[in-house]
Amino acid sequence: MNTVKKYPKSIIENFDLYAPKLVSKEEFFSPGHRACQGCGEALAIRLMCKALGKDTIITNATGCMEVVSSVYPTTAWNLPWIHVAFPNAASVGSGVEAGLTALRRKGKIADRRVKSVAIGGDGGTMDIGFQALSGAMERFHDMLYVCFDNEAYMNTGIQRSSGTPFLASTSTAPAGKKIPGNQVWKKNMAEIMVAHNVPYVATATPSYPLDFMNKVKKARRVKGPSYIHCFAVCPTGWRSTSETCIKLGRLALETGIFPLYEVVDGKYRLTVEVPEKRRPVQDYLKGQGRFRHLTPDQIQVIQERVDIEWEALMIKVKHSKSREELRTLRGK
Amino acid sequence: MSKRVGMEVTTACAEAAALCRIDVASVYPITPQSHIAEHLSEIVNDGRLDASFMTVESEHSALSAAMGASATGARVFTATASQGLLFMSEILPITSAMRFPVVMIIANRAISGPINIWNDHSDIMHTRDTGWISFFADNGQEVVDMTIQAFKVGENRNVMLPVNVNVDGFQLTHTVEPILFPDQEEVDRFLPEYVPYATLHPDRPVSMGTLGVPEIYAEAQKAKDVAIVNSIKVVKEVWKEWEKLFGRKYEPIQSYRTKDADVALVTMGSMGETAEIAVDALRKQGVKAGLLKIKLWRPFPFAELKKAVKGIRVLAVTDRACSFGGPGGPVFSEIRSALYEESVRPAIVNYLIGLGGRDVQVEDFMEMVRKAAKGKLSEPYEFYGVRG
Repeated sequence: MNTVKKYPKSIIENFDLYAPKLVSKEEFFSPGHRACQGCGEALAIRLMCKALGKDTIITNATGCMEVVSSVYPTTAWNLPWIHVAFPNAASVGSGVEAGLTALRRKGKIADRRVKSVAIGGDGGTMDIGFQALSGAMERFHDMLYVCFDNEAYMNTGIQRSSGTPFLASTSTAPAGKKIPGNQVWKKNMAEIMVAHNVPYVATATPSYPLDFMNKVKKARRVKGPSYIHCFAVCPTGWRSTSETCIKLGRLALETGIFPLYEVVDGKYRLTVEVPEKRRPVQDYLKGQGRFRHLTPDQIQVIQERVDIEWEALMIKVKHSKSREELRTLRGK
Repeated sequence: MSKRVGMEVTTACAEAAALCRIDVASVYPITPQSHIAEHLSEIVNDGRLDASFMTVESEHSALSAAMGASATGARVFTATASQGLLFMSEILPITSAMRFPVVMIIANRAISGPINIWNDHSDIMHTRDTGWISFFADNGQEVVDMTIQAFKVGENRNVMLPVNVNVDGFQLTHTVEPILFPDQEEVDRFLPEYVPYATLHPDRPVSMGTLGVPEIYAEAQKAKDVAIVNSIKVVKEVWKEWEKLFGRKYEPIQSYRTKDADVALVTMGSMGETAEIAVDALRKQGVKAGLLKIKLWRPFPFAELKKAVKGIRVLAVTDRACSFGGPGGPVFSEIRSALYEESVRPAIVNYLIGLGGRDVQVEDFMEMVRKAAKGKLSEPYEFYGVRG
């Protein structure tokens, strides 16, 4: 990229937070799409678009959201939208940004900031699109990438991905008589993005809609890359009832399974409080058919892992410093 | 005024892309293409061209980013070769389906198994049916000319398709040749600013790349086919205009000494010039040899081929790629099929030559013509001069 990168002292400016009455009534992801009942991802996209506003271009990886929203000749998108393939939402989105930047610079389009936003599922982000995402973040494009993580390849029929939790039963990691479901722990994608020195990284879920929208708004303002990992409940794939979609997202937080935090310029901060005494993971697992086969011992293994991961995160929350703080400390 | 410059062909190719005032280039390094990317980045970083130069992390992303940029209305350039082209292959048919007039230079190189960095046409043949217009250049001058022509053809409102220009790896890419460069004003006059049909912009939101159910997928395929079939008219118009402006003639099939030819060779790419020398030498010996050079591979110039073979008794078609277990090389089977319904048609033989950079000399072409004169080889297709 030959677009000049000026690194302002603070890369994110002017935070102003959402309150319910400030949320736009305008719909950019319109009803009438074909998502399942109780789809956490469709809800999240609707909220994300409201927070992004009109001056946005969406690049969509192949996946549920592309399929349910764009059956020709219909479209659910009131924003400019492009879908090319499965593994390349990040690279197409980076091309959109490069194109807009060049055309603006050369006076061929209006000199107005339009944000390039790429979206994909956990498969399209954490597996097949991983390289393209890493490249786009490293090249420091002015773009936001949002991963809607429903923890398996739901569009193709609930096959396991690197986002699938330990021991969850999926169609390619079934709870068999000998092997009880997915045998490895979920990949921590947000951490990988932090390691790319992405100025703004956050986890979110539509179960906390204002927290999610505020994060989208902050990410939009970053003049560079930003990444949001959005936990999206999938009743179809998780074998949970559709009305528990919001509740499951809340339980994921309250058990510490999916903490909500943001990493601004390297500094970690919890954005939604978790009760001092976290709920046992059992509360989260029990409502889902994909965990139905778990024994108390197996649940205990999960509990211990969640406790350890929680501790690890708390250390970062307490002790991490932003690059800006580190610069100041050096000056002293 | 055109200026004659001695230049490596890859460097010249990058200069040609700059003359086209591209907005975005996204390239991933691969031999023998890399010099194009290197020189183009030099042009951009020296401030001679205002473009976003994207150093992406793979060829898959190179073409994906090119599509994203093209969708915003930018004029976009990329280049690759061999494995890189194959790595792009998922995206190639989508570029043409979404009608993005991206221009790509392919520095033709053999595809792996075993790995080989030298020249043949197995890369482009592997991705032949993806709906891209394909030019084949004979020499450095043609590479420069075709690079500029490619934008004009692809961006024509009646075409709106991606175009690739095939440039033989090393034989052409790494050769220093005298090249006549049109000046910027001349190129600007020939190639006006790109006016896209629809772009990604919030002022007029559109959805691109939507899901094609069975009721519409087939129509989408037909639409692409109709577009590329009809593009030959535009290709020929653009080449006529080029000839008028710059005096250099381009034809889908270029005939060399075929008027009274008995046996004619068929080539694509840089070997055409070696074959010309062989034809001259044979003529001196009294052999009525001729040569057909295919410059436009897609859309295939059926009518031009039928006209060009009139009176020829035997065609010796050379292929630089294999179709394993198939009817012969891809150029051969194409030509044989094209002439099937002609009541009078030449006998056609097939030589597989120059695979993975194997040298083919003047004497080899002469020998091929002599052997072909019988109208039949001992095998359906012959790996010429290959052991085993």
